[in-house]
Amino acid sequence: MPKVTYIEFNGTEHLVEVDKGLSIMEGAVQNNIPGIDADCGGSCACATCHIYVDDDWIDKLPEQSDAEKDMLDFAFETKASSRLSCQIFVDENLNGIVVSLPEKQG
Amino acid sequence: MIKTDAVIIGAGPVGLFTVFELGILGLNAHVVDNLDKAGGQCIELYPDKPIYDIPALPICTGESLTKNLLEQIKPFKTTFHLNQRVDSITKKDKHWIVETSDKTVFETPNIIIAGGVGSFEPRKPPIKGIERFEQHNLFYSVKNKKLFDKQNVCIFGGGDSALDWVIELSKTAKKVFLVHRRDEFRAAQHTVNQMMKLKDEGKIELYTNYQPKDFTGESKIEKVIIENDKKETKELKVDSVLAFFGLKMELGPIVNWGLNLDNKAIIVNTENFQTNEEGIFAVGDICTYPGKLKLILCGFHEAALAAQECFKRAKPDEKYVFRFTTSSSDIHKRLGIK
Repeated sequence: MPKVTYIEFNGTEHLVEVDKGLSIMEGAVQNNIPGIDADCGGSCACATCHIYVDDDWIDKLPEQSDAEKDMLDFAFETKASSRLSCQIFVDENLNGIVVSLPEKQG
Repeated sequence: MIKTDAVIIGAGPVGLFTVFELGILGLNAHVVDNLDKAGGQCIELYPDKPIYDIPALPICTGESLTKNLLEQIKPFKTTFHLNQRVDSITKKDKHWIVETSDKTVFETPNIIIAGGVGSFEPRKPPIKGIERFEQHNLFYSVKNKKLFDKQNVCIFGGGDSALDWVIELSKTAKKVFLVHRRDEFRAAQHTVNQMMKLKDEGKIELYTNYQPKDFTGESKIEKVIIENDKKETKELKVDSVLAFFGLKMELGPIVNWGLNLDNKAIIVNTENFQTNEEGIFAVGDICTYPGKLKLILCGFHEAALAAQECFKRAKPDEKYVFRFTTSSSDIHKRLGIK
């Protein structure tokens, strides 16, 4: 099962296994990782599952949709590495991915 | 003080259908919502996104669903109290006194919370201590555009609200700055074109790929400092700032009402969707129980069951009889069918 590392804003790391096909957001919610709110439940309609993707992994991700880019306008302190975690689905290619959580959502 | 059979908090799809379910039982309801229109998340977050799982509607949008629900409840001539939020509730014998942020007061045996993920509040720029400016020259909406006459106004955002106000205020303000975090804009294309034309004519100053870094000043913002991806900063001297970063959802005062909560959701029973307080119900995305799914169709079911208990509380002396809409002459009368 692919492994995902979530790093909270305070530096706490969580290494968890996430089922293939689930989103990075769902992986966080299922493992009770604080810092991802996911208010809209994963329909790319809020911006409360905002993450920063580790530099080594950015190029391995599928392109952002226009909807995700639009939604990121609403995220707190976006950077070039900002993504919405409900739009990134875990598969073997992403085994080992590292993502950091922002200071707050929304 | 308005006396009513039920106060519904939230005018999203489930709140609207609650009006219907109460209405066919002969109960009237008042609806309170913090947005300026009915529809809730459906209208605010995804008016154009197709929805495929409403029974008997193979496809609809947030907007069309809202429109149809408003049509369905038309016979009940419901009063909507928009742009206000329920701030407090207090118990009075078997009833509740409900007070909104606009000081509208209700007395009712039933409160039905259909609040989704909470009320929509403006999202604020990520700068510490900006509350001190909010009384003076930092705004999240325009209430009186004359305020900005002959001013240097800095507008943040890339959606329709931001660009519409850039265009409008460029006619009367001394100078308008528009700051947005990327080159693309969410606003309608013709609005973007209009804004770009103003920029080319030198009527506004546009800063893309910049985000707010700091606002300086004592009680009024005097300077806005913006920063781009390369950490380059710029200072803009301003008289006022308008930030259009959209809305976010917050549970708000609901957390103070003594209801049992589980991670931002209100715990209800599945018999009548009552909370731990008698006469307070929660339906739709805001309620939780074993097996809960955050689907509009589940909210409709929850509303129908909650309405039965509301009837018993609003009309304790009347006998409740279950009726189908196909055959009940009472229901037909309530729906205005002759």
